[in-house]
Amino acid sequence: MNHRRAETFWFWLFAGPAVVGFAAFSLWPMLESLWLSFCSYEVIAPPRFIGLQNYAYLFAHDLSFWPSVKVTLVFTVIQLPLAIGAALALALLLNQPVRGRGFWRAVYFLPSILPQAVFAVVFGYIFQADGGLLNRLLALGGIHGAAWTTSPTWALPVLIVISLWGFGYPMVIFLGGLQNVPRELYEAAHIDGAGAWARFRHITLPLISPVIFFNVVMGLIGSLKVFDLAYAFSVAQAQPTPGGPARATLFYGLNLYQQAFGYFHMGLASAMAWLLFAFILVVTFINFRVSRRWVHYGD
Amino acid sequence: MHRRSPTATVCLYATLVLGALVMLAPLAWMLLTSLKTYPEILRNPPAWLPAKPQWENYRTVWEGFAYYRFFLNSVFVAVMVIAGTLLTCCPAAYAFAYYDVRHKELIFGALLCTLMLPAQVTVIPLFKAFAAIHWVNTYLPLIVPAWLGGNVFGIFLLRQFFRTIPRSFIEAARLDGASEWTILWRLVVPMSLPAVLTVVIFTFLWSWNDLFNPLVYLQSESLVTLPVGLLYFIARAEQLTGGSLGSTPWHLVMTLATVMVVPVIVLFAFVQRRFVEGVAATGVKG
Repeated sequence: MNHRRAETFWFWLFAGPAVVGFAAFSLWPMLESLWLSFCSYEVIAPPRFIGLQNYAYLFAHDLSFWPSVKVTLVFTVIQLPLAIGAALALALLLNQPVRGRGFWRAVYFLPSILPQAVFAVVFGYIFQADGGLLNRLLALGGIHGAAWTTSPTWALPVLIVISLWGFGYPMVIFLGGLQNVPRELYEAAHIDGAGAWARFRHITLPLISPVIFFNVVMGLIGSLKVFDLAYAFSVAQAQPTPGGPARATLFYGLNLYQQAFGYFHMGLASAMAWLLFAFILVVTFINFRVSRRWVHYGD
Repeated sequence: MHRRSPTATVCLYATLVLGALVMLAPLAWMLLTSLKTYPEILRNPPAWLPAKPQWENYRTVWEGFAYYRFFLNSVFVAVMVIAGTLLTCCPAAYAFAYYDVRHKELIFGALLCTLMLPAQVTVIPLFKAFAAIHWVNTYLPLIVPAWLGGNVFGIFLLRQFFRTIPRSFIEAARLDGASEWTILWRLVVPMSLPAVLTVVIFTFLWSWNDLFNPLVYLQSESLVTLPVGLLYFIARAEQLTGGSLGSTPWHLVMTLATVMVVPVIVLFAFVQRRFVEGVAATGVKG
């Protein structure tokens, strides 16, 4: 057996399972779900082709589609900058010469690796109107706290607050990026009389812009698929259907799940899945285009 | 480097301490609540500490509500998923790192694209297919994808690490007559233990913390894993406690939550440095 043939043989032996897995669990479901999105499929009967009706229904008639789009976008627009900002601020602090850097890094990272379902349940308890820790503390100060978890106004902000405990991944990635910025640059700038802000603005920011970009893209995709947090929160609050009150926390991913596995509107849910996929493609594409203008990839 | 002023130092540490307290506060409240009695959680203004720590709460949920079952289910799924991930992701990473095969980059790029694919996009056809072959309400939909290289991120991370091993090591082993399989498991993997460990932890976290997939595929209460078990308990807590309590027994709910979190914290305590550095490395190359 010649060298080239042997190499091809071993390649497929080693990478084969992963390629099969890719075909079976990613590629095929993608195509199948495109087909299902043009079908009426309610599980009991086989899928029946109905053209674009699912999409038309979602855009024009469905009561939950646009509210869930809005919830997801509001969450993203508020949560993402806050989380990225907090992650960057902490990374800058920890990039100073501090004692016990490893310890601090671990403490700030820890909440990010814990189950989101647990955070939703624990915070749900803390934010409860009666018996929750927050309102009892407010009462000590003579303030009558709102019904945070059952009010359509407050439920989404509460989820945003909860999700802010999870900035560990971008923080650690920022730290990695900051540690790659050459020290000499700062020293040179310092000698030239640049202040802290100038050094941050003209050295740190351009040099870590690829890392910022990476974190924004990952965070964006992350917020488009929020599920565990919102679902667990709904259950912990004993809401009759997930995503309440009054659809205030009906994230897109939660709505999709509910359509598919709550009501068995699987064709409709497939249309939602494809819209989500198309949206992610477009957003990622725009991101890469825009990034050319401000991301600085060095030499 | 210039020195920091004393005021700046105080501010820095004060911020760090304050921030850390905020980060840990919900966990502390969870733990404290899990050790209280039912009357204590109702008290207003709140009782900060339990008068006497109620460790019995742990026995109550563990045995009384058969919580050990959910725990063992979670452990079983996690172990199977980690085993499959290692057994298929290491060879795949090796293949993508060292072999020169046509369209290799294209295939690898296609695999990487799946990282952007939310589970919600593929779940409906997968559910339909798994139902057709009677895999729904078994662990197979959770485990089998891992045995087919389902952790693409793991393949990526291992490949990056494998590529830093000098080619000459591998060529030397080949000249000695070692098979590719032997080179992978006896040479490359042992030299890459930090990366392998990072992949194991990531895989464990995804499996242990996942709510979505078990919720979709597992229906019998005896099969569900911890996150679903926690929600089951909350939904039926009043019934489970015989309706003797007027409201949700949050002390017991927090006990379950603590049981779920402790293995993750213990694991993290042992490997945090390696793991955090592994995470940092993912962003550098993007």
